[in-house]
Amino acid sequence: MGLRNFFDRIEPNFEKGGRWERYFPIYEMVESFLYTPKTVTTVAPHARSYIDMKRIMTYVVIATVPCILMALYNTGLQTNLAIAEFGPSGWRAAIIGALGIGFNPANPLANMMHGLLYFLPIYITTLVAGGIFEVIFATVRKHEVNEGFLVSSMLYTLILPATTPLWQVALGIIFGVVIGKEVFGGTGKNFLNPALTGRAFLYFAYPAQMSGDSVWVPVDGYTGATALAVSAADGFQELAARGMTWWDSFLGFVPGSLGETSTLAALLGLIFLLATKIANYRMVVGCLGGMIGFTLLLNLIGSDTNPMFAMPWYWHLVLGGYAFGLAFMVTEPVSGAHTNMGRYIYGALIGVMVVMIRVINPAFPEGMMLAILFGNVFAPLIDHFVVQANIKRRAKRYV
Amino acid sequence: MEHYIALAVKAIFVENLALSFFLGMCTFIAVSKKISTAIGLGISVMIVQAITVPANNLILNYLLAPGALSWAGFPDVDLTFLGLISYIGVIAALVQILEMVLDKYFPPLYNALGVFLPLITVNCAILGGSLFMVERGYDFGESVTYGLSSGFGWALAITAMAGVREKLKYSDIPDGLQGLGITFITAGLMAMAFMSFSGVKL
Repeated sequence: MGLRNFFDRIEPNFEKGGRWERYFPIYEMVESFLYTPKTVTTVAPHARSYIDMKRIMTYVVIATVPCILMALYNTGLQTNLAIAEFGPSGWRAAIIGALGIGFNPANPLANMMHGLLYFLPIYITTLVAGGIFEVIFATVRKHEVNEGFLVSSMLYTLILPATTPLWQVALGIIFGVVIGKEVFGGTGKNFLNPALTGRAFLYFAYPAQMSGDSVWVPVDGYTGATALAVSAADGFQELAARGMTWWDSFLGFVPGSLGETSTLAALLGLIFLLATKIANYRMVVGCLGGMIGFTLLLNLIGSDTNPMFAMPWYWHLVLGGYAFGLAFMVTEPVSGAHTNMGRYIYGALIGVMVVMIRVINPAFPEGMMLAILFGNVFAPLIDHFVVQANIKRRAKRYV
Repeated sequence: MEHYIALAVKAIFVENLALSFFLGMCTFIAVSKKISTAIGLGISVMIVQAITVPANNLILNYLLAPGALSWAGFPDVDLTFLGLISYIGVIAALVQILEMVLDKYFPPLYNALGVFLPLITVNCAILGGSLFMVERGYDFGESVTYGLSSGFGWALAITAMAGVREKLKYSDIPDGLQGLGITFITAGLMAMAFMSFSGVKL
């Protein structure tokens, strides 16, 4: 218990009147990261629950583990496949070469290593850049730094392409943390998902690198269209002709953003979140229902000029960021709707919007991120109308 | 029919007056504190818009445009330089009438809107709607559709804004940003979400 004693010894310095009183949030962050918070409510009455914020956030991070593993493996795999064709380039290839691991795409270790070299710089940049601003705000505004930032930074890293320059990574997360969350007062007070806000900022600020038309394989000379861009241009049947199968997309062995290629990994995370009751199943049901229903409608309408109309729902499910967004972003409790009925509507709105953007909007091949932001904007309004309807129904019952 | 639906969707979502052209910002920011008031104002803007755009379309086509006065025997007269002032005149007159109607039949809404109802007169979204109609050469049917749907788009935006602001009552905004500051940031973030429609071709 040497560490505990150390904390107990330095704690008075950070308390009111102590020498470093201003920096209490930083002390609190480190301490509560390592130990459970000591402050508990003592006065009755209060509701007791085994779920506190720390546990929620930690569970979400645990739920992303399958996606992280897939991110490492798949990023390395795609890069090594491309290297087999174009030859190695860049400092990462130099490190791999120095370690003597090689670039064999059939070797899982080589893939994991190579993926790690892409994942770690982005993740560390995110943690440092976002963390600095998080701590500045916490110190000045005297609120606590909590584990919410760990979730935001992990999700943000997983939805970035591996080719993103690190300065853009930093810029995006700073925008997400400051404008998306801290100006509203920190975790739980925002109305947009901070990770998505940062990602959308990059998307619109640097459309050349971020649009999702061409794939993000970080090797010089490699170009190619993403699955969604191919199907927008030539129809989903064309995918098979280019060697992209449904199972590849489902398992995640396709080029794409770091962690969102694998539908299976996202679904594993989703099942974990649903089992621990952190994610609300109503949003998931609504989002799936909206997506499937609207896709079937579009299939029925059909179109001669736009091949995306014919894309079946099980393809929409596995392509792009749909599954990842469904598991980790639609279910986010803060920015979503808060009423039970509202959660169905909110989910359905996102499901319809994502298909709408993918199919009807030629400017963006992928729409999950924007659809969720759009849903976030309308979530409070949905809640308002659900509550009003409840009031009206009950007033009628007790005249 | 399909043409009109496409025009309506475009006016509501793709070219939303508030969130992609940033028109009518003064009322958009000032009267979006409560959802019920925002809905009321949204409906009045929609009504004014739905009447003024077609009315101005008629004025343009039968009085102002080059050769429009041929029915009165002046085929060479071009009065388009009077355009701006006539559109504003029409808008002002209509808002006056709307105000009297609301005062008489919906006093709670009239009181809630307060000074902002006369301010609809100078709401840039309304004049903007008429000017877009002139610029894009809409015919009468299109002006009716455009007026109604662009007004609806603005109403949708201000209602969503009011929803978000009611939620933000529970947030902890830094002192310097409280009030207008955070509202501008919110409007910007909402506009980012509405960008999902930009690029839709109909």
